[in-house]
Amino acid sequence: MTTIEYLSLPLHKRILHKIISFFTSIPMFFVKIFVKKIPQFFVGIYRKISQIFFNIYLFFVDGDLKTKLSFIFMGFGLLTRKSLLRGILYFLFQVAFIYFALTIGINSLMKIGTFGHIAQSSYVDPIVGIEIYTYQDDSFMLLLNTIIFAILAIVYLFLWYSQLKDSIELQNLHRIGKTIKDKEIVKSLVGKNYHYVMLSIPTLGLIIFTIIPLIFMILVAFTNYSSQFQQPKELFDWVGSYNFKKLFGLAGGAASHEFAYVFGQILIWTLIWAVFATFTNYFLGMIVAMLINKKGIRFKKLWRTILITTIAVPQFISLLFMSRFLSTNDGALNQVLLDLGLISQNIKFLEDGIITKITVIVVNMWIGIPYTMLMCSGILMNIPADLYESARIDGASPFKMYAKITLPYMLFVTGPYLISNFVGNINNFNVIYLLSGGNPQFTNVKGQMIQSQLFGAGQTDLLITWLYKMCMTQVEKDYGVASVIGIFVFIVVATFSLITYSRSNAVKNEGDFQ
Amino acid sequence: MKRFKYLKPIKSKDMFYNEKNSRGMRFKQKTSNLLVYTILTVISLIWILPFIYLVLQSFAKTYSPQVLIPTEWTLDNYRALFDPNFEMIFNNQPMVFAQVYPFGRWLLNTVMIALVVSVLQTVLTLMSAYAFSRLNFGFRKKYMKLILIIGMFPGFLGMIITFYILKQVNLSTGVPGLFGLVLVYISGSVMNYYVSKGFFDTISKSLDEAAMIDGANKNTIFWRVIMPLSKPIVVYTILLAFTAPWGDYMFASVIAAGDSSLFNVAVGLQQLLTKESGVSGFPIFCAAGVIVSIPIMTLFFFLQGYYVEGVTGGAVKG
Repeated sequence: MTTIEYLSLPLHKRILHKIISFFTSIPMFFVKIFVKKIPQFFVGIYRKISQIFFNIYLFFVDGDLKTKLSFIFMGFGLLTRKSLLRGILYFLFQVAFIYFALTIGINSLMKIGTFGHIAQSSYVDPIVGIEIYTYQDDSFMLLLNTIIFAILAIVYLFLWYSQLKDSIELQNLHRIGKTIKDKEIVKSLVGKNYHYVMLSIPTLGLIIFTIIPLIFMILVAFTNYSSQFQQPKELFDWVGSYNFKKLFGLAGGAASHEFAYVFGQILIWTLIWAVFATFTNYFLGMIVAMLINKKGIRFKKLWRTILITTIAVPQFISLLFMSRFLSTNDGALNQVLLDLGLISQNIKFLEDGIITKITVIVVNMWIGIPYTMLMCSGILMNIPADLYESARIDGASPFKMYAKITLPYMLFVTGPYLISNFVGNINNFNVIYLLSGGNPQFTNVKGQMIQSQLFGAGQTDLLITWLYKMCMTQVEKDYGVASVIGIFVFIVVATFSLITYSRSNAVKNEGDFQ
Repeated sequence: MKRFKYLKPIKSKDMFYNEKNSRGMRFKQKTSNLLVYTILTVISLIWILPFIYLVLQSFAKTYSPQVLIPTEWTLDNYRALFDPNFEMIFNNQPMVFAQVYPFGRWLLNTVMIALVVSVLQTVLTLMSAYAFSRLNFGFRKKYMKLILIIGMFPGFLGMIITFYILKQVNLSTGVPGLFGLVLVYISGSVMNYYVSKGFFDTISKSLDEAAMIDGANKNTIFWRVIMPLSKPIVVYTILLAFTAPWGDYMFASVIAAGDSSLFNVAVGLQQLLTKESGVSGFPIFCAAGVIVSIPIMTLFFFLQGYYVEGVTGGAVKG
């Protein structure tokens, strides 16, 4: 359908068309990914790898003795061609890597299949006569060392290849009587290689504190690592997809169905919460901003300052305060409402399933609207005034102007913000945990609390707060199931972002405002 | 040409009236403005009244939900927070509050962490943003995609492991524990590059070229040319990096692992409020809340303009 055809449709047909095209585009999108993008990706990788092997072959054939020796001793070709600094660094890395591999790396790799053999052994001390325990294999350290070893091995292969390349380059330069001095290398660090300087420290931090833990946790999803199998006293083990089955109620046993039920409830609530928290804040914040920006309204600065003041109060203070302010028995709000005669008995703001859900969303509005107001009022002022003027001359009503000018403009400009805000709300730990703490607990059909193995899940828990409880506050901790939940959050977020990004690309040609 | 004779100018009322001179219009606008003023007043009250109540309660001798404005005023709540020798009646029992809940220590922890993090994180974030914005290197796009994907995992997922890694290098207890927390906060700096990159993208590249012709290397360009031009985004990044540790509960609670001398204010006050549900806990919490809010509010008051600029710019660019 061309743009002209689309624009000539009446309104309800346009909406219908949009809805249909949205849903038909989802399968097409996945087909595109699985049929086109992923094979392309692998073909690309295959080509690159074969290119690298071919290059290595060429290095061996073209290289002289020094280069050939570099195959065994890293940096040899550089050291013997007066490029000392790089040569020494390469060689030192090789020594360090081999030392790590021999002392820890290979040992860990051998044991990772079973996570070690013996957790602790004991012997009777011949002199004192009591049993003494010594710890042998630590599953946790084994897994960690294996991951570090794997990452180091990848770095090693990369450096090994690049030093061969450098060696060949030097060899060729030597033929025409040139060389690369160390001074030039150091100088290039503030020139064409400046990105190594800029990114090395942040990347190191990212690898140590984000990437290694993430890989570890993804692997833990396939183990039974929990408070029952706590190192160093016990070994944990690979359990395959047991944790996934447990989450989806396929693990068997009576409690299993309850677990799946609770997981489903929490997942649904997480999505509902994210939708409501994002869009209520967005639209109400925009409306407040428009009210303040309205022509002829005075004290604009005063209204804005009042709202900004509330941003300046740290969020956790407002949330903890609200959790007490709204409490059923000793909360002030209930008392005020009682005194005003609006209610006859205390409302259970934080103790009743549905009411708590509404409360959480409303309090989130109280906290979030000033942010959106601030953001929107800046953007609203950027909308060209002549758009409104011409609309007014054409006789458009204020509502029509909002629907046809303001809203499309705002959606177009703040689209990326909406997506990131939605993702942020899926992982909004503070609002839920500090306000309701995930309570009230789940009850089964008879109204009794479900206590069996739920890791403290409550009705307003999000996936992220449940994950936190599972790892931190409960007596029985289960890191395996927790990582499965983490992976699940990733899947939800990734699917959502992929679909919206692809949609926003598809509708980009509608963007007349840019 | 003939046809235009029939096109007479339309003399409708709509087209020629002047808004300001029409009495009906003025009345309509006045009423609508009045409505807007009422709504704005109500909104302001909803937003500001709870905070006024919080401040009032911080001076209350005892808490009772019936009393909105305390009848007996006292400064004991503030004194109890800091004075380690001050004994007060706490939930009908004598207690030295500051020894059980070392609020002064929490505040000190938070301020120290926030100061260090704001400096280090700003430098690292701006450095990586500059690299992504200006420097052309092969893996630039791939790196940015990798960050996008990593960002989709909940950040807390790896925290348990991070804690054990810190334990291995003895950075998990005592004062080194705070250092470990700083490491955790700043390690994610590269993932916050987005807003600053958007800002750097708007600075004209001809400046770089001019500097390069004058013999400057890229290091000089970054520190001497780009940085002085980026004051708004530097201040915004510092502000965010400074306020983030104040409100963080998740990571701080993992690192503290129940040791009350390692709490930051968020963890400490949450513990205080969940453990002390009696009449004395709430006023002290309110006093603590006021004290915690003052530095952040002062910062916001002076740096409001930068904050607004950053929020708006960040939203537009993603």
